[in-house]
Amino acid sequence: MNKFIITVVGHDAVGIIAKVCAYLAENQVNILDISQTIVNGYFNMMMIVDAAKTEDITDMSGDLEKLGEDIGVIIRCQHEDIFNMMHRV
Amino acid sequence: MINISEVLETNKMIEQENLDVRTITLGISLLDCIASDLETLKKNIYNKITSTAKDLVSTGQAIEAQYGIPIVNKRISVTPIGLVGGAACKTPGDYVELAMVLDRAAEIVGVNFLGGFSALVSKGITRSDELLMRAIPRALSRTERVCSSVNVGSTKTGIDMDAVRLMGEIIKETAELTKDKDSLGCAKLVVFCNAPDDNPFMAGAFHGVTEGDAVINVGVSGPGVVKTALSKVRGENFEVLCETIKKTAFKVTRVGQLVAQEASRRLGIPFGIIDLSLAPTPAVGDSVAEILEEIGLEYAGAPGTTAALALLNDQVKKGGVMASSYVGGLSGAFIPVSEDQGMIHAVQAGALTLEKLEAMTCVCSVGLDMIAIPGDTKEATISGIIADEMAIGMVNQKTTAVRLIPVIGKGVGDMVEFGGLLGYAPVMPVNPYSCDRFVNRGGRIPAPIHSFKN
Repeated sequence: MNKFIITVVGHDAVGIIAKVCAYLAENQVNILDISQTIVNGYFNMMMIVDAAKTEDITDMSGDLEKLGEDIGVIIRCQHEDIFNMMHRV
Repeated sequence: MINISEVLETNKMIEQENLDVRTITLGISLLDCIASDLETLKKNIYNKITSTAKDLVSTGQAIEAQYGIPIVNKRISVTPIGLVGGAACKTPGDYVELAMVLDRAAEIVGVNFLGGFSALVSKGITRSDELLMRAIPRALSRTERVCSSVNVGSTKTGIDMDAVRLMGEIIKETAELTKDKDSLGCAKLVVFCNAPDDNPFMAGAFHGVTEGDAVINVGVSGPGVVKTALSKVRGENFEVLCETIKKTAFKVTRVGQLVAQEASRRLGIPFGIIDLSLAPTPAVGDSVAEILEEIGLEYAGAPGTTAALALLNDQVKKGGVMASSYVGGLSGAFIPVSEDQGMIHAVQAGALTLEKLEAMTCVCSVGLDMIAIPGDTKEATISGIIADEMAIGMVNQKTTAVRLIPVIGKGVGDMVEFGGLLGYAPVMPVNPYSCDRFVNRGGRIPAPIHSFKN
């Protein structure tokens, strides 16, 4: 397993999850968990994914960032360790 | 498992509060480059740096992409050149040539600064050290990326006042040679007492002689994160205040630990230390002075500032120590003037003076930093300011430093623009009374009584 956290933040719209999931499916990235909330009218989604089959993470981050620009939301893809380190002793 | 609020908190720190890894600094020992022939030495140094650091920048970028955390600078520190050049350099001009080799090597590997054009002269000055020190003004005026530092004192050895006197002259000469750029050369020159061997921050970084062949040191920052955290506990007592700083420092340092481990693994170079320093930048919301304001001061420099800074520095260290097995370098709060929006405002408002800054350096992690003073300040006066600051470090067993910029052609109240991370600063007044007879005595100030612990 090579777990990454994908976050999507922006104005709510039709098909955000669908488009992100479609990209992940095409690239053999397995979704382990999805949670979502609306904060102050903003759509906040977090996905935990397994990118064990992805060779170049830099490419995937770049692709997702660009996909976000197309949909009009901010998409970030970060290795889970940054959150584990910061929030778990 | 990680929950969404924790993820959002981390990303808010990065996006809105300027959390970043300020620098991955690769320390490289040049001791095995020593040769008695200058051309051979130059070739050895160039080859060692460009081969050891060839993947530094690309690795830094890959780690940025992996964790989504900005790594602002990738830098190099080398063995103090005064130790490396002794056999080959017969004149200051020879040392200037070494500086130019360092600059070229830094450019080729893509780092923005390389530190270590340095001399360690806390007890005495070797001939080689003196040649290097006299080469500093020309070296800094002819190179872009090279940073220089001179350690003139320590708690164990006392203060070498001959070196202090010489550095007053060197700083002034550096200012003159770079006067067309607001004396920018002086922003790359630090005078230290108790200089640490593993400091990753410029301009004072060098790869100490106690270090291994190569080492990764990481500097994390995050004044904006601390300020935001403190804005949520306004009016609470000191216990709550300290606890909040400590927890925030812990989180910030953990990010540095992660980046350092990853950089070390990818480059195959041992991890040295994390330096958790609140290092401000001129960006709005990335200011140590604003933390002091958040603690309860109208401006940095108001009564209470030294106490507020003391608790800030201490809590940052306490939080950081828990978060990493190896905390080192300077770790604490930096108080540069030109690099901190809040400090600049405080100076402009008349709240912050050179004398108050000196008091603050007793409890901050470094010293008088990035302070513009009038260009007609005498060499001996600069030496006097250095001596005061070195004495604070020597007696309090802490690192202190001086990075003053006598801006040629400018006077009190004029603004000076250094650009980029170095920022801008109003020229501050200096006490006009003479210390010539004190500085010109020559010799050493002995080590203080509490240094004799054997």
